[in-house]
Amino acid sequence: MFRFIVRRLLQLIPTLIGLSLLLFIWLRRLPGGPETAILGERGTPEMRAAIRRNFGLDEPILIQYGRFVRRLIKLDLGTSTSTKRPVVTEFIERFPGTVELTVMAMVIAIGIGIPLGYLAARRRGRMLDHLSVGGSLIGICIPVFFLAYVLKAIFSENLGWFPSSGRQDPTLGATRITNFFVFDGLMTREWDAAADALWHLVLPGLALASIPLAIIVRITRASVLEVLNEDFVRTAEAKGLTENTVRRRHVLRNAMLPVVTSIGLLTGSLLSGAVLTETVFAFSGIGAFVAEAIGQRDYPVLMGFILIIAVVYVLVNLLVDLSYSVIDPRVRVR
Amino acid sequence: MTTISGKKREKIDRLAELAGRDDERGVSLWQEAFRRLRRNPAAIVGAVILGLFLLVAIVGPFLVPHPADAQLWKGEIRDNIGYFPGPRAENWFGVDHIGRDEFSRMIIGARQTLLVGIVSTLIGLAVGSLLGGVAGAAAGLGGKWGRALDNVIMRFVDMLLAMPSLLLAISIAALLGSGLTTVMIAVGVVSVPVFARLLRGSMISQANSDYVLAATSLGVKKPKIALTHVVPNSLAPVIVQATLTLATAIIEAAALSFLGLGNNDASIPEWGVMLADAQRYLDAAPRLAVLPALAIIVTALGFTLLGEAMREALDPKLRK
Amino acid sequence: MALLQVDDLSVTFARRGQRTVHAVDGVSFSVDAGEVVGLVGESGCGKSVTSLAIMGLLPKQPGLRVGGKAVFDGTDLLQLDDRSRRDIRGRDVAMIFQDPLSSLNPVIPIGLQVTEVLTRHRGMRGEAAKKEAADLLDRVGIPDPRRRLKEYPHQLSGGMRQRALIAMSVACQPRLLIADEPTTALDVTIQAQILELLKDLVRDSGTALVMITHDLGVVAGMCDTINVLYGGRVVETARRRPLFREPRHPYTVGLLGSVPCLDAGPGERLKPIPGSVRDLLAWPDGCAFAPRCARRIDECVGEPPELVLAHDGRSYRCLNPAPVPGTVPPWATGGRAATDPATDAPTAGAAAPAAADDATAGPVPAPREKEKP
Repeated sequence: MFRFIVRRLLQLIPTLIGLSLLLFIWLRRLPGGPETAILGERGTPEMRAAIRRNFGLDEPILIQYGRFVRRLIKLDLGTSTSTKRPVVTEFIERFPGTVELTVMAMVIAIGIGIPLGYLAARRRGRMLDHLSVGGSLIGICIPVFFLAYVLKAIFSENLGWFPSSGRQDPTLGATRITNFFVFDGLMTREWDAAADALWHLVLPGLALASIPLAIIVRITRASVLEVLNEDFVRTAEAKGLTENTVRRRHVLRNAMLPVVTSIGLLTGSLLSGAVLTETVFAFSGIGAFVAEAIGQRDYPVLMGFILIIAVVYVLVNLLVDLSYSVIDPRVRVR
Repeated sequence: MTTISGKKREKIDRLAELAGRDDERGVSLWQEAFRRLRRNPAAIVGAVILGLFLLVAIVGPFLVPHPADAQLWKGEIRDNIGYFPGPRAENWFGVDHIGRDEFSRMIIGARQTLLVGIVSTLIGLAVGSLLGGVAGAAAGLGGKWGRALDNVIMRFVDMLLAMPSLLLAISIAALLGSGLTTVMIAVGVVSVPVFARLLRGSMISQANSDYVLAATSLGVKKPKIALTHVVPNSLAPVIVQATLTLATAIIEAAALSFLGLGNNDASIPEWGVMLADAQRYLDAAPRLAVLPALAIIVTALGFTLLGEAMREALDPKLRK
Repeated sequence: MALLQVDDLSVTFARRGQRTVHAVDGVSFSVDAGEVVGLVGESGCGKSVTSLAIMGLLPKQPGLRVGGKAVFDGTDLLQLDDRSRRDIRGRDVAMIFQDPLSSLNPVIPIGLQVTEVLTRHRGMRGEAAKKEAADLLDRVGIPDPRRRLKEYPHQLSGGMRQRALIAMSVACQPRLLIADEPTTALDVTIQAQILELLKDLVRDSGTALVMITHDLGVVAGMCDTINVLYGGRVVETARRRPLFREPRHPYTVGLLGSVPCLDAGPGERLKPIPGSVRDLLAWPDGCAFAPRCARRIDECVGEPPELVLAHDGRSYRCLNPAPVPGTVPPWATGGRAATDPATDAPTAGAAAPAAADDATAGPVPAPREKEKP
């Protein structure tokens, strides 16, 4: 197992190098550049050249790339042009909110998606199947931000069941330790604070979960249908096992393999979907921050976001690979 | 004159047919798929939606009552108290926040939306097919260098695939500035890795199939095999994917518009931009958001339904 | 009383907008306790569907209809509810499948796949179940069974996998074992080993075995009684020796003619049956084999041939059966019995029906109840 992890980590190196190259090219190609940022449209060519020299933009490209990579490794992502604070600081402050939100969305997507997909497959061709297949189709086709607005309009503004914005009611005066509000509330035994933070996660979580939920339902359903036709399920039936055992041990376990893979792939899209959802719900996480950065052409923030997503994505998929090797013994030997 | 190569070709075609079909009656893959499509209600619903959409997008703009950017009812709009005239005889869907006829804009928007969807899908299809085709050909038919080339291309493609689509679109839009072209390119690039992987995978599995082996053993040249057998057989999944991609392209374009990266030319209405613009007037005139949103959802649904049905119809595992 | 009596079993698949398919069309046969019975035929003749129908394992789908009876030890398996069927499956009636790799669950160790049967039907758990499972693996010839229990199907060779499957099926000492092409997916040398193993198991435990195969070699080495299927019906039933020595149904003759033979002369050619299983006539319109039959006569088309009972428990479904070698063709002797030992049987005339006047020859109609939906 250990060797497997090491090998997977080593395999990441070319990917990371490629990513840094892409980022570097992206950064260099961006319109403007520091001279425009400082001087605006004014300034003589000499002043522009001086600033470029100052930033080392006249040096050979390889040296520039080397410096860029060194900065990346030191986690120096530069300063946000809109807030004038280091990008890393901004991210660290906002990261917990986004993590809470994506975890919430994942819990919703998996918790509803897998049972629903399974039931749809078992009741193939019946009402529940048609409903969940149709529902998941709509879930894929509905723009996330529109769904977020609809949820907000119905459940928060009309029915008043859920708060419409923010991460927690500020009047609670909850203690902050880690900036994971739910976690903080549990740690400090401020139960109302934890519950309130959780309550704030429901609507944005639902909106964010819509696409992963739809995808998980579809994959689970297709996968269960396929496994149900497998010879070994027939063998299990021929052994006279109870329906329960056949389902749990033989159908579900095998049907989960593609679902687990898809969950890994969905994490990346969840993080970028957070950009839309957090904006609608004024949820102070990385997503809302990035949405603002897009409007203000705050490139260091954008670059940091791309980097974070790439790293998270890579790590999550590593985890998925590992869990896959636990579920599927055929992967383990290789 | 019947040459040896002519006979050979005949022989191979026969082999390919036998290998490619389990049906002895000689119904071609496409005919069979079409027959199954017609029996699938989802496919029919999808086709009807798309038919209507295409009709509106192509013919509609010639028949609309008002130009897209004509501010006709400015006097009636009281933005400060959030009042826009609603549906009435001369404006079926009412007017939008700056007094333009919503109905006309929806119709003209259909064409723009279709344009964004098709152009971006074509970009993705072209670049992706090129990458995937080269990689697939290199892997399937080349030696050491072929495998190396395949490896490099696919590493790059995997990296693109690893990037969440919206993020990729955001970073491209950041490079190019906002606008319709940006949206098309950004959304198109997102689907590049999908098409590349698809075509490569399909080509490799075709290359390993028995009928290609048979053709090779009969001495047919490799590029010829690729052109006459592998590529046509790989086409079906690519077409299916293109249909599905059209749906995502429309939705993604809307998301980019929402983030302010979309088309900002007021004379060209597009559903995504209309939806994004309407977010500010949700309380005053929800129809301004709901109408374009519904249009986007229904259109995307149409493409998805048809694409899924086509995939099912062409899936050899499901044929029988 | 036979252990298993299958009577007029029929399986039809009716799909919306498509022609109804009669996969099995009135199959009848019986299996006595401890007997090895073969079901032989080309692929597509309905032999696998027959076995799955008996086990109640046909994939549930709209339009599937199973008719007839399959009486096992006094109970009709086709009428059982799901619960009692599950109680019988794996305990009294067990089954072995064709492809051992796909028939084993890839993500569960072999051990659990064996012990789950023991837990279900014999209530064994924990160490006791493990010990019994190891014993079972040992009995089917898997070396080092303790270690194998922890392994997964992909770690075993093809032959080992089939042995493991067999171990699971005999775990509860069933009275009837159905083997559906158990050796088709295996190498020739392994095939022989598996067949020997099955033979031994059956002989030692007195289990009856239904052997489903297209391979006459398998049948020749194992079966006491053989049923030849064509187009979803049994066309000939006979004990092993008579069947090989004097096949009556032209299809059986054709099957035997398609098998390469060592003592054939060097110039002698195989006699393949022309056409394929797809060229079949619907049974109600005549003999399904007629389109491919070398001995076809005009009467073959129009009416389905009735089952003809001959001496020694053999029967065939043919209007113009192959002559018994060394005797004069029946029509030459004017419809007289060509083989004398059967003259005292009530069905004597049936042993040699005249080709043209089957009405007087007294063929015994197969018991047939029309299933009306």
